Amino acid sequence: MSANQNIGSLSGRSKIVSNKKMTFAERIYLPAIFGGFRITISHFFKKKATIQYPEETRPIAEIYRGKHVLKRDDEGRERCTACGLCALACPAEAITMIAAERKEDEMNLYREEKYASVYEIDMLRCIFCGLCEEACPKEAIFLTNVTVPSDLHRSDFIYGKDVLVEPVDKRVDISHRQTPEVLAFKKDKNQSHNV
Amino acid sequence: MDGNYILYKLILASVILLISLVVAMYSTLLERKVAGFMQDRLGPNRAGIGGIFQPLADGLKLFFKEEFMPGTADKFLYILGPSLTMMIALLTSAVIPWGNSFIINGTEYTLQVADINVGVLYVFAILSIGVYGIMIGGWASNNKYALIGAVRAASQMISYELAMSMSIITIVMMSGTLSLKDIVDQQHGMNWNVWYQPLGFLIFIVCAFAECNRSPFDLPECETELIGGYHTEYSSMKLGFYLFAEYINMFISSAMIATLFFGGYNFPFMDSLNLSHNALTIIGSLVFFAKIAFFVFFFMWVRWTLPRFRYDQLMRLGWKSLLPLAIINILITGFVIMIKNHL
Repeated sequence: MSANQNIGSLSGRSKIVSNKKMTFAERIYLPAIFGGFRITISHFFKKKATIQYPEETRPIAEIYRGKHVLKRDDEGRERCTACGLCALACPAEAITMIAAERKEDEMNLYREEKYASVYEIDMLRCIFCGLCEEACPKEAIFLTNVTVPSDLHRSDFIYGKDVLVEPVDKRVDISHRQTPEVLAFKKDKNQSHNV
Repeated sequence: MDGNYILYKLILASVILLISLVVAMYSTLLERKVAGFMQDRLGPNRAGIGGIFQPLADGLKLFFKEEFMPGTADKFLYILGPSLTMMIALLTSAVIPWGNSFIINGTEYTLQVADINVGVLYVFAILSIGVYGIMIGGWASNNKYALIGAVRAASQMISYELAMSMSIITIVMMSGTLSLKDIVDQQHGMNWNVWYQPLGFLIFIVCAFAECNRSPFDLPECETELIGGYHTEYSSMKLGFYLFAEYINMFISSAMIATLFFGGYNFPFMDSLNLSHNALTIIGSLVFFAKIAFFVFFFMWVRWTLPRFRYDQLMRLGWKSLLPLAIINILITGFVIMIKNHL
């Protein structure tokens, strides 16, 4: 008999439902209604959560992972050597590239003998995890705090070198993501991933 | 009855019509603003400063929408529905005293289109035919949802009209007149009816919500279950008329509440200001509109606070709570009047 009584409460969290008659104050609704009025009017004067989007944007962290940039070195040469480590590291398989050999007259354009003639990131596939940046041995790819804008066609989201490579005269500041500590960590031979 | 008098009344009627329409227009903006603010949003604020042109944009949009009519609809009734609703919504404003009177060159110009001696009865008469617009529209659309909405509207309005009339009867008993202007004049200064008839006021305002089909009694249009109810099949400006009539009704109801219970154009300390009659009339009218504005806000406040009643709850509230309360209120009022007369 006692076992029967405990069946409903194996978890020990069962509650006895109260089906009591409503009091007079509850039945005429009015106290509850005035309580509701108080809540809504307090919200009327509260600070609004709205952000006036195009004019005003929500503040984002300086190390925010947004649109990628392909860096150039101090002499304006592209750092990327088309090793493909970023594409390998990419969990979303968003990166594709075609490697090419540097010609004699292209010494001032590319830093290494091999370079990426095509470098594309599909921004719809990208999950902005930053693993490409971590994998890059040449410090060539970085994520910036720029949000990828919306567009009308899927094909428009495949960003090529024309969008990704930083302009020579308009360098992108990535010092927030590449601090000396980060750099030291990437070069540290004691870390297994750098061996 | 000279030409001047008729001209004056014509102008006054047009002005009141215009004011009703503009107020209803901006009520739609206010509603969206209030809704936004109560939900921690800003509401429409892109069309003009603070969204001031939003109602114009909405109106334009409605005009340019496709004029759709169901193939099986009764054409005449389908068009009659929204027109009737709009007309009836505007009719009540004729007997409401919007202000005292102007005295220009010894002639008195009252700010009331028609001071008929049965003003209260007139209001009831108009209210009771108000349901026809909804009923006809719902029937003519030949749609199940529209019909259910219309039937709900009809039963709801008939049920709540009783309690509403009974709550006003106490006012009539107290003031001994059916003329709205006399009722207002008796509430001089701060001597408002609401102090004597708090229960009557409560019943009246609840019934006013039901009569306007406003939340929490908006069962006839119930977006979730009836997809708009009686105006499901309406589009373009015919739909606009229905929606617009709702806001006009709200405005007129607020005006009636202010007139019957909150002293109309009377305000405290009006005698100690030592102002001329005309100046007092202007201030009185402004005060009246401030009162109306508060009640319009109150209508919206309630809409964004309370959930919708269930149909059986609505009927139970109307027949089992409000009607008996109204009758008890009449008895108490009659008893008090009798005792006063014998003292």
